[in-house]
Amino acid sequence: MDLETFWFCLIAVLWAGYFLLEGFDFGVGMLLPFVPRDDAERDTQLRAIGPVWDGNETWLVVAGGATFAAFPAWYATMFSGLYLALLLVLFFLIVRVVSFEWREKSETPGWRAVWTWANTVGSFGAALIWGVGLSCLVHGLPLDSDGEYTGSFWDLFSPYTVFAGIAVVLLFAFHGATFLTLRTVGDLHDRARYAARRLAVPAVVLAAAFLVWTVAVAMDRNDKDLLPPAVPAAVGIVALVLAVVFVLTASYGRAFAMTALGAISLVTTLFVSLYPRVMVSSTDFGNSLTVDGAASSHYALQVMSVVALISVPVVLLYQGWTYYVFRARVGSERVDAV
Amino acid sequence: MTVAVSTVDLARLQFATTSLYHFLFVPLTLGLGPLVAIMQTLWYRTKDEQWLRLTHFFGTLFLINFAIGVATGLVQEFEFGMNWSVYSRFVGDVFGAPLAIEGLAAFMLEATFLGLWIFGWDRLSPRLHLATIWIAVLGTWLSGYFILVANSWMQHPVGYKMVDGEAQLTSVWALLTNGFALRAYVHTMLAGLIFGSIVMLGVCCWQFLRGRHVDLFRKAALLALIVAVPVTLLQLIVGNRFGEAVTSAQGMKIAASEAQWDTCQPCGFSMFQIGGFTKEDPTPSFSITVPRLLSYMATGSFDGQVEGLNELQSKEEREFGRGTDYMPNVRVAYWSMRVMAYVGMLMFLVAALGAFLYRRKKLETARWFQWAAVAAIALPYVAATAGWILTEMGRQPWIVQDLLLTSEANSPNVSSTWLGISLGVFVTLYVTLLAVDFWLMRRYARIDPPGLAGEGEELPVPAVSY
Repeated sequence: MDLETFWFCLIAVLWAGYFLLEGFDFGVGMLLPFVPRDDAERDTQLRAIGPVWDGNETWLVVAGGATFAAFPAWYATMFSGLYLALLLVLFFLIVRVVSFEWREKSETPGWRAVWTWANTVGSFGAALIWGVGLSCLVHGLPLDSDGEYTGSFWDLFSPYTVFAGIAVVLLFAFHGATFLTLRTVGDLHDRARYAARRLAVPAVVLAAAFLVWTVAVAMDRNDKDLLPPAVPAAVGIVALVLAVVFVLTASYGRAFAMTALGAISLVTTLFVSLYPRVMVSSTDFGNSLTVDGAASSHYALQVMSVVALISVPVVLLYQGWTYYVFRARVGSERVDAV
Repeated sequence: MTVAVSTVDLARLQFATTSLYHFLFVPLTLGLGPLVAIMQTLWYRTKDEQWLRLTHFFGTLFLINFAIGVATGLVQEFEFGMNWSVYSRFVGDVFGAPLAIEGLAAFMLEATFLGLWIFGWDRLSPRLHLATIWIAVLGTWLSGYFILVANSWMQHPVGYKMVDGEAQLTSVWALLTNGFALRAYVHTMLAGLIFGSIVMLGVCCWQFLRGRHVDLFRKAALLALIVAVPVTLLQLIVGNRFGEAVTSAQGMKIAASEAQWDTCQPCGFSMFQIGGFTKEDPTPSFSITVPRLLSYMATGSFDGQVEGLNELQSKEEREFGRGTDYMPNVRVAYWSMRVMAYVGMLMFLVAALGAFLYRRKKLETARWFQWAAVAAIALPYVAATAGWILTEMGRQPWIVQDLLLTSEANSPNVSSTWLGISLGVFVTLYVTLLAVDFWLMRRYARIDPPGLAGEGEELPVPAVSY
C-alpha cells in the first residue's frame, strides 16, 4: 500500500473513531430531554459521558488536521465547498461544548433547561450535517477543472444525502441508548432500555437502507463495482440486525458492541465507496479529486506517518484506560465528582 | 463615502475576530494550568488542606475558561479551509503537518487527561490524579508549540521548496527548530504565565477587598507574585530579543512598528508621536524620542542600522515586482507595538509593587493596590491582543512572508454573502459566549472556596463537575 492510500485509510479510521465515540455522545445528548425523568437524572445521564466527550471530540480535530496535512487539495475544496454546512456544524458544536460546562453553573430551572436543549439541539444538528456532508462526497458535488466547488448550499441536498442525515441521527440516538444501558442503574437504566427498544427497529431499518443505497450510489456515480463497498455494508447490516436481536433479548453489552460496529461500518462503507477518489464531481466526473491528486508530497506523508504510527497506539491506550477508570455505572455513587 | 469591502477584507476581518477571540482564552489556560498543578502538588506534598481548596477554586476558573478555548479552537482549524482555500492548497504540505501533529500528540493528551482530572478525584490514587493535571498541562504547552511552529512558518518560511507553485516540506527538523518559532514560543508561553499569575493576583485581591478568607488567599497571592515578578521582567527581555529575530526575518514589520520611513543609523526610539504615519506625512508633528534605543532593540547594538520603509519598498519591488504596496499599516503596527510594550512594563510594576507590599505585610490592607490589581486583570488581555495584531497585521500584505499575498489566498468560490453570514454568526455567538463567560467567571471568582463555609457542612461543589 502506498503512503497516499495509507493516509486515506487513516483518515477513514479517524472518522470511524469519531462516529463510534462521539456517536454515542451525540445520542446521549439527543435523548437528554426524553429519557431522564427529572433534572437530577439528566445530570446523571450527562455524567455518563462527562469524563470522555472532550477526548472523543478530539477525533474530529485530528481528522480535520490530518486531512489538511495529508490532502491539502481535498481539505481546501471540501471545507470551502461545504461552507454553510460546516458553519452550522461549528455553531452546533460550540453551543454543545459550552453546554456541558455551563449547565451546572446555576440552579435556576430556566438556565438549566436552556443548556439541556443546547446540548440536544447541538448533538442533533451536528449528527444530521455530518450525515449529509460525508454522503455528499460519494454522491458528488459540482466541481470545476481546478477542483473548486461551483455549487450553492442547496447542492448538498439530494434525497440520498438527506436520507443519510436522518439515518445517522437515528443510528446515533440508538447507539447512545445502548451506551446508556451499560452506564446507568435503576430507574434511568430502565428508561434507557426502553429507549433502546423503541429506537432499535427504525434506526436499523434506516441505517441498513442507507448502506444499500450507498453501494448503489457508488456503483452509479463513482464507477465502483459491487464488491468492495458491499463488504463493509453487509457487515454493517448484519451488525445492526444483531443489535436489534440483542436489545430485544436484553443482552445490552452485545447490543452496544453491535451498534458500535454499525457506526464503524457506516463510515467504512462511505470511504470504500469513495476510494480512489476523495470527492466525486457531479458536473464532470473527470474533475473528481483523487487520493493521488490531492495528496501531499511523499516526504511530508512520511514524516506524518512516523508521528501517527507512534501516537495513535499511545492515544488508544490512554483513551482506553480512561474508559476503564470510569467503568463504574453512573448513579451508583453519590454526586461527588470532586 | 462608499466603502468597497472585498471578500478578502471580510475573510481577514473574520480571521482577525475569531483568532483574537480564541486567544483571549488560550493564554489563561496555558498559564493557570501550571499554577493549579503547582497548588495541587503543594497539597499533595504538604497535606495542607488550604492548597486543596485553592486547587478547586482556581481549577473552576481554569475549566470555565478552557471550555470556550476548545470550542473556538475548532473554528480556527476549519476556517483555513473554509475561507482560505488557495492558502490551504499552497501551504498544506508544510503547514498542515504541525497542525495534524498538534491534534494527535498534544490536543488528545490535553482533552483526555483533563477529563480524567475533573472526574478522577475519587477514582485515582492522589499521586496518579496529580499526574493527570500535569499531563494535561504538558498537552496544552505542547499544543502551543505546534501551533506556533505553524504560525512562525507564515512569518519566516523554512525547510521547504517550491514545486509547481506550491510549498513542499523538505526538512521537518528545520520546520520544528525554526528560530522564529522557538522565540515566539518562549514569548507566548511567558505571556501565558503572565495571564495566569496576574489574573490570580487580581482574584486574590478581590477576595481581600471583600475581606473573605484572607489567610487562604494570601497563600495564593504569594504564589502568583513568585511567578509574576520574574516572568513579567523576563518577558520584557525576551520580547526585545524576539524583536531582533523579527528584524532579520521581517524588516518591514519592524520598520512599520517604528514608523521609520527612511533608513537610519543609529536610530532613536519613538516613545510617542503625533502624525508621521503615512507616506505623505512621514515626519511627526510631535514626538518623544530616546536616542539610539531603536538600534539596540532591533539589532542588539547601539549603533545598528535599521532599514526604512521606503528603502524596503524599493527592495521588495525589485524582488517581487512593482504595483504592490509592500508596507503594512504603519499606524496600527506602531501603536500595537507600543500598547504591548507599555502594558507589559505596567504589569511588571504591578507585580513588583505587589511583592513589595507583600514583604511589608501590607498586601491584605492596601486597598488602593487591591483595586489596582483587580483592574490589572485586563492588562494581559490588552497586551496579548496588541501583540497578535502586530504579528499578523505587520506581516501584510503577505499571508506567507515573501511567498504568497493575502489578497490572492482566499477561497475564490466563497462569496461575500457567505462570508457575511458566517461573520454575523460568529460575532453574535462569540459576544454571547463572552458575556456569559464573564458573568460566570465573576460569579465563581467571588464564591467562597470549597471547604471554608464551615467545617462538616455539605458544600456546593463549584465547577469541577460538568
